[in-house]
Amino acid sequence: MLINHPLLGPRDASEFTYLGDANLLNRPDWQGENAVEAFHDYLYLRDNPAGLHRELWFHEQGDRSWLVVTRNTLTHEILGVEMARDVARNNKRFEGDAQ
Amino acid sequence: MSVNRLHGGLVDHETAVNFSFNGKDYQGQVGDTLASALMANGVRLMGRSFKYHRPRGVMTAGSEEPNALVEVRTGGRQEPNTRATTVELFDGLTARSQNHIGSLKYDLLAVNDLFPAFLSAGFYYKTFMWPRAFWEKLYEPAIRRAAGLGSVSFEDDPDVYDKGFLHCDLLVIGAGPAGLMAALTAGRAGARVILAEEDFLLGGRLIAETNCVGELSGAEWTAAMQAELASMDTVRIMPRTTVFGAYDHGVYGAVERVSDHLAVPEAGKPRQILWRVYCKRAIVCAGALERPIAFQNNDRPGVIMAGAVRAYANRWAATPAQEVVVFANSDEGHQTAKDLIAKGLCVPAVIDTRADAPDMAGIEVLKGAQIINTKGCHGVTAVKVRLASGQTRTIKCGAVANSGGWNPNLGLTCHQRGRPVWDEAIHAFVPGSDLPVGQSVAGAANGVMSTHGALATGVAAAMAALGDLGITAAAPDLPEAEDGPVTLSPFWHVAGAKRAWVDFQNDVTVKDVKLAHQEGFRSVEHLKRYTTLGMATDQGKTSNVTGLAVMAEMTGKLIPETGTTIFRPPYVPVAMGTLAGRSVGKAFHPTRLTPSHHWAAEQGAQFVEVGNWLRAQYFPKKGDTDWRQTVEREVLSTRASVGVCDVTTLGKIDVQGTDAAEFLNKIYANGFAKLAVGKVRYGVMLREDGIAYDDGTAARLAEKHFVVTTTTANAVTVYRNMEFARQCLFPDMDVQLISTTEAWAQYAVAGPNARKLLRKLVDAGHDISNEAFPFMACGEITICGGLRARLFRISFSGELAYEIAVPTRYGDALMRRLMEEGEEFNVTPYGTEALGVMRIEKGHAVAAELNGTTTAANLGMGRMVSKSKDSIGSTLSERDGLNDADDLRLVGLKPVHTGEVVAGAHLMNATGPIDAKHDQGYVTSAAYSPSLETSVGLGFLRDGGNRMGETLRMVNPLEDQDVLVEVVSAHFVDPEGGRLRA
Amino acid sequence: MPDLKPLTALGAAAPRVDIIGALTIAETPNVALASLAARKGQGDAVVEVVKAGLALDLPAAGRSVANTSHRIWWTGPEQWMVEADFTVCELLAEALKSIVGATGSVTEQTDGWCRFDVTGDTVVALFERLCAVDVAMMAVGDATRTSMHHIGCFLIRTDEGVIVIGPRASAGSLHHALVEIAGAIA
Repeated sequence: MLINHPLLGPRDASEFTYLGDANLLNRPDWQGENAVEAFHDYLYLRDNPAGLHRELWFHEQGDRSWLVVTRNTLTHEILGVEMARDVARNNKRFEGDAQ
Repeated sequence: MSVNRLHGGLVDHETAVNFSFNGKDYQGQVGDTLASALMANGVRLMGRSFKYHRPRGVMTAGSEEPNALVEVRTGGRQEPNTRATTVELFDGLTARSQNHIGSLKYDLLAVNDLFPAFLSAGFYYKTFMWPRAFWEKLYEPAIRRAAGLGSVSFEDDPDVYDKGFLHCDLLVIGAGPAGLMAALTAGRAGARVILAEEDFLLGGRLIAETNCVGELSGAEWTAAMQAELASMDTVRIMPRTTVFGAYDHGVYGAVERVSDHLAVPEAGKPRQILWRVYCKRAIVCAGALERPIAFQNNDRPGVIMAGAVRAYANRWAATPAQEVVVFANSDEGHQTAKDLIAKGLCVPAVIDTRADAPDMAGIEVLKGAQIINTKGCHGVTAVKVRLASGQTRTIKCGAVANSGGWNPNLGLTCHQRGRPVWDEAIHAFVPGSDLPVGQSVAGAANGVMSTHGALATGVAAAMAALGDLGITAAAPDLPEAEDGPVTLSPFWHVAGAKRAWVDFQNDVTVKDVKLAHQEGFRSVEHLKRYTTLGMATDQGKTSNVTGLAVMAEMTGKLIPETGTTIFRPPYVPVAMGTLAGRSVGKAFHPTRLTPSHHWAAEQGAQFVEVGNWLRAQYFPKKGDTDWRQTVEREVLSTRASVGVCDVTTLGKIDVQGTDAAEFLNKIYANGFAKLAVGKVRYGVMLREDGIAYDDGTAARLAEKHFVVTTTTANAVTVYRNMEFARQCLFPDMDVQLISTTEAWAQYAVAGPNARKLLRKLVDAGHDISNEAFPFMACGEITICGGLRARLFRISFSGELAYEIAVPTRYGDALMRRLMEEGEEFNVTPYGTEALGVMRIEKGHAVAAELNGTTTAANLGMGRMVSKSKDSIGSTLSERDGLNDADDLRLVGLKPVHTGEVVAGAHLMNATGPIDAKHDQGYVTSAAYSPSLETSVGLGFLRDGGNRMGETLRMVNPLEDQDVLVEVVSAHFVDPEGGRLRA
Repeated sequence: MPDLKPLTALGAAAPRVDIIGALTIAETPNVALASLAARKGQGDAVVEVVKAGLALDLPAAGRSVANTSHRIWWTGPEQWMVEADFTVCELLAEALKSIVGATGSVTEQTDGWCRFDVTGDTVVALFERLCAVDVAMMAVGDATRTSMHHIGCFLIRTDEGVIVIGPRASAGSLHHALVEIAGAIA
C-alpha cells in the first residue's frame, strides 16, 4: 500500500503504524455529564464499515505526523489524506463555534 | 551427440555443461534447462506423481510445469520441488527425482496406483476417519511420507538473499512480442520502464516458434529489440525475474534469480533478490498457457504440450523422441508437425479432433480422431487411436504432442479479486474489466493470440498507459508478423476414459471431478477443495479450465455459468529464504548497543536482549561459581558500597514549550504542573481505558523544559502516544517533543558511597551534597574538566543513588573513569539481573506488574491518580469493575518456612479449596534476596492492603509447588526510605 | 576540555572508512546536531531569526539547505535538524537557543545519531536495496527519513552521494547493512 502523505507524497505503508478509527480524535469532555459513559463509547464503540473509513495512521518511520486517511476498506482505494493535527484543530474550532 | 539432441536452436552446441540426475552423469549445452538437457539425453522419466506415484516426465517448457518437480543441489543449497523446466543448467548441477521409495524406476509406493478407487477424491475424509486416534499417529505421518514432495536438508542455506525497491512509470511483465513492443514504445518516449521477464532469454513464444517478424526470425528480432532497449538509460531489462504478485496501489512483488544459474553465487552477491516494484502503470504481457486434452493414461512420460514440444525443438534443439504423434483440436497440431518434420523428426500422424481439419502434405491427418489410451511402462511407446469411423488403431511413438488450446495467463490480473470472463471466440477465460488499478493487459494474456495482435496490443497498451501519465509518445511502426485466426474447436477430454488426468500435480482425474459432482460438490470452490484440483503449487495453471469444462458438462451448463476460479499471489512459489532476505541469524533485527557495551564486553559481561538492545545481564568474576552468585555479589556490593549500571536504554523524551507542564498533566495520571525546576517526579501513565501502561520519571530542567523517561520496552509506544496526544488530542497546546534516548549515556550510580564516587568526577563548583542536591533533585552540571552532564538524584535500587548522563560519545570513557575512581570503594558494575533483584527488594513495579491488566490502584498508587485534572485514562479509571473493595493490591510475599516464591504461581487461602474460584491472586516477580537471605516475591492479592501478616498458600499445580507464604509490605528493604535520602 | 576520550559511533577512536567497489562509506563523527521545533504560532518568526542568525532559510518539507558552517534539513512539520562541525561548534544547541529565543524549542541531538557519507557512482544501486525511497529521483538537497533494514534513518542527497544519518545505538547494524549491500552490488 502507498499513502499519499500531504507533505511528502506517496510513501510505503511499511513506514506507518496503524491506529484505527479517526473518531479517536473526538475525545470527550472529562467534566461533561456522563463522562464515564462518553469515554466508554469513545474508546470501545467503533464502526467497522465495509466501504469508506476514516482512520489514523502514524508516519513513524518518517516525519512523525499523525494522518487521517480516508480509505475504502473493500478496495483499499485511498481517497484522501489529511494532517490529523489540522483535522483535530478544525474539529475543536467547530465545537467552539457550536457552543 | 546426445540421443535426442537436434541441430540449431538457441543452445550453444560448442559448450558442454556437465550435470547429474539421480547419480548418473550427463552432458547438456549452455542454454539448456535441466528439462531440455534431460530430454536431449533421452531421459523421459523425471519423477513420481503426488498421490498414485505414477511415473511422470516433463509436460511443459515453463514455470507452469506440474510434473517434473525435482530436488536440485545438495547440502545447504538443496532445494526441493523445483521445476526442471525452469532450472538453468550449470556445470556441476546435481538433481534428483523425488516422491519415491526405492529407485525412481521401481518406486515401491507405485502400489498406490493399483488402488485408485481407494485414493479417489475426498479419500482423506472417507477412509481415515476411524479409529480417530489413528489419525495423528499413523495415518497422517504415513500419508505425508507417501505424498511428500521433496525434502529439505536441514542445513543452513549459505547464500544471502537481498530485498530491494524499484520505481518506474511503467512495469512491463513479460518480454514476448507484446511486452517488447510495450517497453519499446514507452522507452522511446523517455518513460522509466522496467521490463521483467521470467525466462533467462527475452522473446517469449518468439524464440519458441518458427514464425518470422518482418524479415527476421523471432530470435533475431528479439535480439534487435533487446539491443535498442538496453541502449536506453530509462529502461531496465530484468531477465530471470518473476513478477509474482500485484498488490495495492501499483506495488508489485518480483523475484530476481541472480545466481540460481550458478553453482555458487559470486562473492558477496545474493542468490535471489525480492523486489518491491512501485509503478504508476503496469502492463501484463504474460502470454498464454497451453491446456492439455485429457485422455486415458495421458500422464505417461512423453505426453507433452504441443507448444512445449515446439519450444524444445526450436529453441533448445531437443526432442522427447524421434517419433512424435500429435494430438490437437486446432491448427496448432499441423504447426507442430511442420516444425518437427523440419527438424528431421518423424511424425507418424496428426490426430485432430476436428472432422474438418485441413490436410497436410506428407503427413497423415486423422480427422475427427481421438487418442483413447497410451502404452508404455515408464514412458509412451504407442498410442491407441479411435478413428472417426469408430475403428481403433495403434500407432507406435515415443511422445505425444498434445494441444487443447491456449488459456491466457491470468494470474496477476486476479490478484485483487479481478474475475476473468469467458471469451467465446477463443474458448478461454480472458481478464475482466476489474483489473488492479493501473494495470492493463496486452497480447495473448488478453486473449489476442496472433503475433501481429500481440505486437499491436503491446503498443496500444503502452500508448494508453503513457497517455494516462501525460507522457507524449509516438507509436513505433509494427513489423509484419503472423496474423492467423484462432482455428480451435473446443475439446476437453476423451469420453469413456477410466483415468484421464486433469490436474497432474495433485493427481486429479476427470473421474474425480465427476465423483465430486455426484457427491454434491457443485460449486467450483467446493470442487477445488474436495478434489484438490488446482490446489497444488502450480495453482492449476494447466488444469483449472479443463476441470471447469468437465464440471460444466456434468451440470449441463456453459463454462462461464459454471464459474471460474481466480489466482492469488504468488504466481509461482517463492522460497522462504527470499522472503526473509538478510533478516536471518544475528541480523534478524538491528541491534542497539549501549555506550558501555565495548567496555562491558571486555569485562566478560553476559548480555541479554531487551527489545533490540543488548544489555549487560551480569558481570561474572573469577571465582564466581554460577550466575546467581555473581548477581548476589553485585547486589550486596552495591548495597554495601557502590555499584554502577548502564541505564541508557530507558526512553528519554525531551518535552518543551509554554504548555509543557500542562501537557505532562495530560499524559501522566499524577500532577506535574507544580513540579519545581530542578526536581524530578515519579509518574504513572494510563491507557485511556484506565489501565496503567508505563511509569518513569520526569525531570524539570527549566520552566518550559522537561525530560520524560520511559521504560526500555515502552519507549517507542510512549513516544507514539505522546505524539498522538500532542497532534490529535491537544492540538492547540504549545508543546514540542523529540526523543533523546541515544544522545545521552546514562549510568545509575547507587549505594552508600555513590556521592563520594561522583564527587571525584563532578567539577568543583557544583554542589552535590545532600542539602544542595537532595533526593529527587536534578540539574545540569559539568564533570571531568568541563564536560556537560545531567545529574538526577533518583533511585531504582532503593539506595542513595544518582543517574548521571553525558553525551554518548563520552559514555565509554565515563564508565572507565567511574571504575577507576571507584576502586577505593570497591565499586562494582551490575547488570539487569542485580537491578531486578534490587527493585524487587524495594517493591518497585516493572512490566511484570504493569502487565496490561492492572490499574494504578492495583499497584498501590491509586491516590496518585489526580481527580482534579483531566489526564489520559483518568475518567475510565473510575469506572465500575476497576474499583471494587476487594481489588487486587500489590504486596510482598516471603516463605513462612522453606520453599521459594515462584513468579506465575497463584495465591490461595491457607485453608479452603484450591481452585480458580477461590483464587486470591498471583505472584508477578520473585527472586532470592541476598540482602534478606530469603526468597521474596511481589504479587497481586485480593484486598491485599488489609492482609499484612496473613499466611497464604502459594500454589503452582503445574510443577507441584505448594508453599506457605506470608503477606508482607512490598518494600522489603528500607521501607522508610532513609537510605534514599541519606 | 574534558579529560574523557570520546569514541565514534562504531566504538573506535578513529572513524571507519570502507571502500567497496565504486563506493566509499565513511563514518563521519565530527558533527554537532540540534533539533529545532517552532513554538506554537512562531513558524514564520523562527524562519526569520534563523535566517538572521545562520544566513539560511529553514527548508520546506523534504528538503535541506547548507552553507559553509551549517546544514539544516526538514524533519517534520515545523521541525528541523541543524548540523554544524563538532570541532568548531560542539555546543551547537546552546548557540541555536540563543538565536531562536522563544520562537523555537532546541534540543541537543549530537550523540543521538551516527552519520555515514556514501559516495561513488553506484549509490543509487546501493539504496535500491536498502530503502523504499526513490533515491534515483532525489535532487541534490532532498532530505527524507525512511527505514533501512528496520532502522529509521535520514537520507540527504548531496553532489557527491548520500548522507545517511541513523540512530547511534544501531550504528553497527546500519554499517553492517551498508557494507554488505555494497559488497553485493560491487
